[in-house]
Amino acid sequence: MTDVLFWSLSVVAVVAGVTVFVVDSMARATYALAVSFVAVGATLVLVGSDYLGAVTVLMMVMEMAVMAVYMVMFMGMNPALMPMSMVHDKRLAIAVSVAVFVLLSAGVLAVPWPSRRGVPAVDPTTELGRDLMGDHMLVMMGVSVVMVATIVAGLVLALHRGRYQRFGDDLRTRSGHPRHGGGR
Amino acid sequence: MPDTAGDDGLGPIWVLPLVVVAILLALAAAGLDGALRARSSGRSALSGSASPLAEVARLLVQRRRRTLNRDPVLHQVGILGLPLVALLMLTVVPIGDRPVLDLPVGVVWFNALDVVVWAVVWLAGWAPNSDFALIGGYRFLALAMAYELPLMFALTAPAVAAGSLRLTGVVAAQGGWWFAVWMPVAFAVYLLGVAGFAVWGPLSAPMGADLAGGVLVETSGPDRLLLLGGRYLLLVAGAAFAVPMFLGGGGGPLLPAWLWVVVKTAAVLAALVLLRRRLPTLRPDRFLEVGWVVLLPAALVQLLVVAIVVGTSGGDS
Repeated sequence: MTDVLFWSLSVVAVVAGVTVFVVDSMARATYALAVSFVAVGATLVLVGSDYLGAVTVLMMVMEMAVMAVYMVMFMGMNPALMPMSMVHDKRLAIAVSVAVFVLLSAGVLAVPWPSRRGVPAVDPTTELGRDLMGDHMLVMMGVSVVMVATIVAGLVLALHRGRYQRFGDDLRTRSGHPRHGGGR
Repeated sequence: MPDTAGDDGLGPIWVLPLVVVAILLALAAAGLDGALRARSSGRSALSGSASPLAEVARLLVQRRRRTLNRDPVLHQVGILGLPLVALLMLTVVPIGDRPVLDLPVGVVWFNALDVVVWAVVWLAGWAPNSDFALIGGYRFLALAMAYELPLMFALTAPAVAAGSLRLTGVVAAQGGWWFAVWMPVAFAVYLLGVAGFAVWGPLSAPMGADLAGGVLVETSGPDRLLLLGGRYLLLVAGAAFAVPMFLGGGGGPLLPAWLWVVVKTAAVLAALVLLRRRLPTLRPDRFLEVGWVVLLPAALVQLLVVAIVVGTSGGDS
């Protein structure tokens, strides 16, 4: 039963992945990619990594929705409804993807996979967290602060009008009136 | 308590009764809403409470509207998506002491599904190739940007307190105080998040009357029934999920556990329906600031408090 499910999900993931390049609509490509990722997430759940699987679905679907925002933001009103090819520079792209595929499959077949030592952890989520975070907690905390600071700084630089314009440099001006920039 | 992998759920056979109860609750919520609307416009509340049934019958026989250059496949995905997501959310809610699907990561499952609503609502707005519907879809994404992160941290608080992402574990950790009592901020933010993904009350701008229905505008007949019904089902799912997360699951005197779950779900649902008429619809761009400047820090502080309480009490809860 699990085997059947695993293989059907794998087929769905690959077919949806191929669909991304076959369809002529940006929205269909986006959602085909989302389906592919959801199938990958479900396979992860099947192999016992429930947490990773659920998070994969969560992150990827959110990413696709955000992609839809950018799609319209950068490309005008509704380009997604206009048919357009989903491939660019076909020949080079095919050459690169075939090369990467051959390289990776050669790797899969050639690497001497180690046999399993010990038994699977009782709670893979906790173990994974320990393994990822254990010795690197400080680094992770530092990196996350830097990342958040980067995002905030990026927004502040990109924002046409922000809180400081509406509420003054010290944020003391008590007026959200549109005339002072409160509305749009 | 460590989570062990493995499935201890009721099994797929219980999906059918779950669907029936969810639809009944959704109809009851729509009935209450109809009664309130009728009373506020001077008609008898009783006739209003039957209005959802009349609406269902009307939509079932109404013709489908087809717009020019729409994307029929993706439109159907958007329409069927809402009820489907709601039902998938309900599968991890413990009915009595066990859910239909006892995932070790039930909380993340719910979170992933409420993100799928982003994709689904946007699609329902985008696919008909109509301006107002498209604007509705984008309004939803704008609101989602504001409510989603606070909602995520609101969901994290009970999970941290229970030390488990499994819903039965979260219920078991509420032997003493319900989480709603000592995490009121997380509970409030969670309820706002439910209003968000059900496109409800203050966060209903994507389907607002100022857009002639927004996401709903071009959808008619059975499709519209699925969209509106899916919205009520999402409300039911959100209310039902609050029960194991914040309201002690099936715990309570006299009645059997499963009945307590239904009663508490109905209570949260009624509160959401009643609040809808008390609160104004928020402008998405204004709410974005509220979400990031007020709700997100509030949810984080709540999480900090919970983490400190759990940490100082020995972390064995």
